[in-house]
Amino acid sequence: MACVTPEREDNAPSETSHQLGASWLCVPRYRLHVATQLNGPRLSGPTLVKGARASRTTIALKLGMALSGMVFLGFVLAHMYGNLKAFAGHDAFNEYAEHLREIGEPMLPHGGLLWILRVGLIASLVVHVYCAVVLWRRAAKARTTKYVVKKDTGATRASLMMRWGGVTILVFLVWHLLNFTIVKVNPQGGETNDPYNLMVDTFDVWWLTVIYLVAMLALGAHLHHGIWSAAQTLGWTGTAAKRQRAKVTGFVIALIVSVGFSLVPLGVLAGIITK
Amino acid sequence: MSMNLTLKIWRQPDASSAGAMHTYQLADVSPDMSFLEMLDVLNEQLNDKGEDPIAFDHDCREGICGSCGLMINGDAHGPEVTTTCQLHMRSFKDGETITIEPWRADAFPVVKDLIVDRSAFDRIVQQGGYISVNTGSAPEAHSVPVPRDDALRAFNVATCIGCGACVAACPNGSASLFMGAKITHLGELPQGQPERDSRVVNMVAQHDHEGFGGCTNIGACTAACPKEIPLDVISQLNKDLRTAIRHGH
Repeated sequence: MACVTPEREDNAPSETSHQLGASWLCVPRYRLHVATQLNGPRLSGPTLVKGARASRTTIALKLGMALSGMVFLGFVLAHMYGNLKAFAGHDAFNEYAEHLREIGEPMLPHGGLLWILRVGLIASLVVHVYCAVVLWRRAAKARTTKYVVKKDTGATRASLMMRWGGVTILVFLVWHLLNFTIVKVNPQGGETNDPYNLMVDTFDVWWLTVIYLVAMLALGAHLHHGIWSAAQTLGWTGTAAKRQRAKVTGFVIALIVSVGFSLVPLGVLAGIITK
Repeated sequence: MSMNLTLKIWRQPDASSAGAMHTYQLADVSPDMSFLEMLDVLNEQLNDKGEDPIAFDHDCREGICGSCGLMINGDAHGPEVTTTCQLHMRSFKDGETITIEPWRADAFPVVKDLIVDRSAFDRIVQQGGYISVNTGSAPEAHSVPVPRDDALRAFNVATCIGCGACVAACPNGSASLFMGAKITHLGELPQGQPERDSRVVNMVAQHDHEGFGGCTNIGACTAACPKEIPLDVISQLNKDLRTAIRHGH
């Protein structure tokens, strides 16, 4: 505590007179002296925040990430279930895709519910990416001088991959939507209005399968840390046992999702799923 | 048995000057020396040569004041789960190269060499790391019952000495473990309840204002913590902030 100056102007006496539980504020005089010698008294130094708002804090941003992330978790689980219909054959897969558009009819127009879900997903994406960018920039500014030697003791690989892994997933998402939803690119030049055939034609190309599997690896790692991290951010991991449970849950769901998605392209490559 | 070491140490004359790593050879180091005693020996040799001794922060040298934080070979407080002063040279090998750096965080500016200014922590505590009570004669201890488990948790996290290892180890330069320890310590006790919401909001706002990064729940902080503050204090911190939002703060 090199530069503690309890007499500073911004430290009003009315605030300090009843501060208990801050005994380590009491700094040995000689260290105060050393600091004064080295640095000069910091009279116009950093200030105390007045009128703090909870919604403006980094933790509020983390809550935004956790909640929007949970929307994505629900989405990928449902999406994975739909994909696995590919093992039930051409008609089951395409009928499932069509049924998605018919949910809620005639109360909703054709594809109505799908669009409601899409709006929710787009909103979640905006929140997730916005919070991530703000927090990433903050973290970069929090340590502008790097360590010469730094170990990541106690950190999992997945936890250190969140940002670039997230960028990987985002880039894949753009390609994936072009591939199957917005433009419908058939790499074999075949028909594009038949979801099952478009899927089989795509994964018959080995390098498209590799791109897909790499993205599923990134997604798995992202969920592995992200699910536990969301639970922690939401304040659900208040004991060692709950923390362990959240970590195991994150790992299991990540494994289910990444393996579940990967089964379909691997099924195509193995010739189990054919036109 | 004595050890010969190569030490790579960050030297920086003052806050406004640029620093650099300097290499020193130190012979005949006893494995029974503490890490700080080893630096004392090096400083005596530097003094004899008329060189400026290496400035490092230290006070109690018994692991309770939190002054002596150093980044040693990429680990905050070195390879053992303890403070730098309680680290002994037997944790290193003869002939080893040891890299010693100050805590790196823009909220902890370097004062000189290995000393950083951690007064950002003081300002975070000023924003709520206390309870407001009337001073005077001590109240009867049994007048406010505290459940045993709550008291235990409060005491366990109250062992935080504010050394800053959590910030130093965190890839995001976040002080969430430090704040979480204070929030949990005071929030577990009846005396901490009246200011519970304003405490968390003001402390987190000050934390952000000081330029610390956000938490991504990596856990490097708790691995570096010499007092083994568990990661669930950050969950408590997040929960208290969420509750404060719900209460309109």
